[in-house]
Amino acid sequence: MTTITIPRLPAGRTLRLGGSRVVNEVRTYFRQGDSVFFTFLFPLVMLTIFSTAFSDQSFGKDAAGDDVTAAAFYLPGMLAAGLLLSGLQNLAVDIANERSDGTLKRLAGTPLPVVSYFIGKIGQVLVTGAAQAVLLLVVARLVFGVALPTDPGGWLTFGWVFVLGVTTSAVLGIALSRVPRTGKSATAVVIPITLVLQFISGVYLSFAQLPDWLQNVASVFPLKWMAQGMRSVFLPENFESAEPGGSWDLAGVALVTGVWLVVGLVVCRMTFRWIRKDS
Amino acid sequence: MTISDAAISVRDLRKTYGKFTALDGVTFDIQRGETFALLGPNGAGKSTTIEILEGYRDRTSGEASVLGVDPGIGSLDWKAQLGIVLQSTGESGNVTVREQLAHFAGFYPNPRPVDEVIAAVGLEQKAGTLIRKLSGGQRRRVDVALGIVGNPALLFLDEPTTGFDPESRRQFWELIRSLKREGTTILLTTHYLDEAANLGDRAGIIAGGKLIDIGTIDAIGGADARVPVVRWVERGVVREERTASPSTLVARLVRDNGGAELDTLEVVRPSLEDIYLELVAAYEATAPAIDTHSTESTREQTEEVAK
Repeated sequence: MTTITIPRLPAGRTLRLGGSRVVNEVRTYFRQGDSVFFTFLFPLVMLTIFSTAFSDQSFGKDAAGDDVTAAAFYLPGMLAAGLLLSGLQNLAVDIANERSDGTLKRLAGTPLPVVSYFIGKIGQVLVTGAAQAVLLLVVARLVFGVALPTDPGGWLTFGWVFVLGVTTSAVLGIALSRVPRTGKSATAVVIPITLVLQFISGVYLSFAQLPDWLQNVASVFPLKWMAQGMRSVFLPENFESAEPGGSWDLAGVALVTGVWLVVGLVVCRMTFRWIRKDS
Repeated sequence: MTISDAAISVRDLRKTYGKFTALDGVTFDIQRGETFALLGPNGAGKSTTIEILEGYRDRTSGEASVLGVDPGIGSLDWKAQLGIVLQSTGESGNVTVREQLAHFAGFYPNPRPVDEVIAAVGLEQKAGTLIRKLSGGQRRRVDVALGIVGNPALLFLDEPTTGFDPESRRQFWELIRSLKREGTTILLTTHYLDEAANLGDRAGIIAGGKLIDIGTIDAIGGADARVPVVRWVERGVVREERTASPSTLVARLVRDNGGAELDTLEVVRPSLEDIYLELVAAYEATAPAIDTHSTESTREQTEEVAK
């Protein structure tokens, strides 16, 4: 009597396949015209509009008494918006579509580990988010003449706020992708959320000028903290006094964003399924 | 052969969605290396059966074993042995044929060479084309290619040739025959009975969630269903007679006709399609009357839920 033996897959393939997924994801991302515009180029478009429209206005003075331009004032907010769009908006819509169009069903029938799929998505967000941030910085510097930080400490802060922010945003995007029932409704569900967050979190409107209650609401969500972390890097030191509590509060940035990261991971772990399997 | 030789073994498989019974006690075995065709009308339970065996749906009750494993809890090791061609395709397709196949090949421990697979499905000219720019039939061939690139021991084909032109269908049959020669076990559902007759070793016919017949292609339906029909024209009127001894009948007709040739004489053995249609019609005549319209819509809803 012969029995069927199923060979074991070699160990260590989860990371290797994760890498292969990243390449595949980045490639398809840039071939999707609408995602490139609405998530990748959107912050740059907004920065350009604001910098041009308010080019003759001053947004305050730095310690040396020089005017802060619109471009300099809006740059940190646009970097934070980029984190939200590249991570949360992009993945929530993307994965809802993949669930709808059969991509996930197909992957579910292959020996691809779920973790490799996640690595692919988060890796795609890291790569495209980094490219987006570099593009924003280069355009801000070269086109709009924004002075960038010269001290390593500022760039160090930028580095951890970026990595923590983009990862949290990606994980929350995966978690949120469960909500839309169909791929068609995904943008209708996701875009209002990201749009409202951007308006109340100091991306388009100066956070200091929002009423206290709205500031308190925004403080629950991570975007306000990411934007605050970015302001600490790119705005003059004397702007710190305009922040709530008169401080950049980087510990708060790390804490609130970190809590959202953990919550997002738990929700993903509990709710992610390749397909809506009946039972 | 022993039970453990079976690539697929199903016992009293049931699946209900609320009040709707999609599968009502289905039992069959598929041996290793065998090509088994699962036939039946739309909504009969073919895809439900195949998707339970692929691990996509949970069964309500009964036993199922696929390569010795319960498909409800199949591991990645188990999935590495399967090739799955689903009924529907529809990915956004922003990758080329070769990119997609090379990517999927990487998931498997012992994949087939990508260019060989592309040639096997006849897409050499389209290897560098984005999948979304392909025609429906060409995309279907990509689905088949993705199903075989992992060199599966067991291949599921759910209506694989829908949208194929006749030439590509013949080419696909050749591909399946070569996989059979290599020892691949194949479970096929199809609406083309000639396809089932050409490729299948055995067939099962499913209707209303029940397996109404199962057997080798040349025995299904039983001896009675295979009785040939003799057809001829007599004084401008088409006459036909079913008989187990057609030669005797023809000899008698010729004698009666004074030894002259009979006009438009035919001796026709029922095709698998004829037998299939007769079996399904006989089942539907005896089955409890169901409002087909409402069953259809229930079915669509459950499909929706299952996705």
